[in-house]
Amino acid sequence: MTATIQSPRSGKIQPKYRRNGGSKGNFEMLAWLFMRLSGVVLVVLIFGHLTVNLLVGEGIHAINFGFVAGKWADPFWQFWDLAMLWLAMLHGTNGVRTIINDYAEKNATRLWLKIVLYAATTVIIVLGTLVIFTFNPCPVANGVQLPGGFCPAP
Amino acid sequence: MSAELAEPASKIELPAGVGGGGEIPSFDVTLRVRRYNPEVSEDATWDDFKVTMYGTDRVLDALHKIKWEMDGSVSFRRSCAHGVCGSDAMRINGRNRLACKTLLKDLDTSKPITVEPIKGLPVEKDLIVDMEPFFQSFREVMPFLINRGHEPTKERLQSAEDRERFDDTTKCILCAACTSSCPVFWTDGQYFGPAAIVNAHRFIFDSRDDAGDMRLEILNDKEGVWRCRTTFNCTEACPRGIQVTQAIAEVKQAILSRKI
Repeated sequence: MTATIQSPRSGKIQPKYRRNGGSKGNFEMLAWLFMRLSGVVLVVLIFGHLTVNLLVGEGIHAINFGFVAGKWADPFWQFWDLAMLWLAMLHGTNGVRTIINDYAEKNATRLWLKIVLYAATTVIIVLGTLVIFTFNPCPVANGVQLPGGFCPAP
Repeated sequence: MSAELAEPASKIELPAGVGGGGEIPSFDVTLRVRRYNPEVSEDATWDDFKVTMYGTDRVLDALHKIKWEMDGSVSFRRSCAHGVCGSDAMRINGRNRLACKTLLKDLDTSKPITVEPIKGLPVEKDLIVDMEPFFQSFREVMPFLINRGHEPTKERLQSAEDRERFDDTTKCILCAACTSSCPVFWTDGQYFGPAAIVNAHRFIFDSRDDAGDMRLEILNDKEGVWRCRTTFNCTEACPRGIQVTQAIAEVKQAILSRKI
């Protein structure tokens, strides 16, 4: 009876553990930095948002369509909400991206989850930006004012 | 001649209570050991061993007793057995520790003590894992002194402050307790892992070393320091008490300050 002795395994690394080439560029570093910076800015933006909407003046009872319309008539609040939208979406998306990277076990799963994530992010950012800049509190269609009740009758 | 070599009598009068251990309490403990032998079965199983141990015994002593007196096929690595060589890192009651530094009396002996191989590395047999991916990451950060200056005729001197800068990370014994406790490493084994970063840190912050930039560039990889999620598992697992997560954070900051 013959026995085969396997060649020494020292120095051999299972394919799963092999890193295929280094990634050039600083994307991961910038993503890491963005998370910290956007997080700090978001704390200010979100607590400012909550204070103005829920605490100042009549507080929570003042919130209605007209309140929002009034805020978005001011470029300052337009910029505030735009910054909040973009930073929150990119911050959250990057967070979910790292979670997908960490938890997805197959490359195909990883790819598809990220496609869904990026598609959802794009839709929300584009739609939100559009709403902030094209918001019209008194929409008129075919010369007839649409119901809303906040605008003076023409 | 040989009679003269007998141990001389003690010149110090010791009270009866001092010197020479008193009786050490013994207790029964069950070790639940993860068994895996690819030549017999693809599946790993648990084996229980009931042993009588003493208050001075460590988990490693219990494993020895099992291997030497009950089941010789139980396989594990150990070399120095005194917490220096880093061979016997294993998962004891769900935590990565050195079997030779964990006293049985410090564990809950009323329940079986589970002993498993460290996670995230391929198991070869019982408690033995393939450490090669771990050492590959270690090699990649170039854990050796690189100095571009002329070779000095005497030793390279360094101030006590400069030495203190990286003192913590010199303690690493490469037992892999940290890397195999890292949830990011568990997912796909691509992450360099805390141990490689700790050993890079040891040279990056060494004033005598000139290749810090090269090491920082290596760890700026997408599988490098940026995959650290600061869960502190590594710091908790380190049997040498190295502040691993802090070392990783310092490397992150070094990369940032170099780039920006």
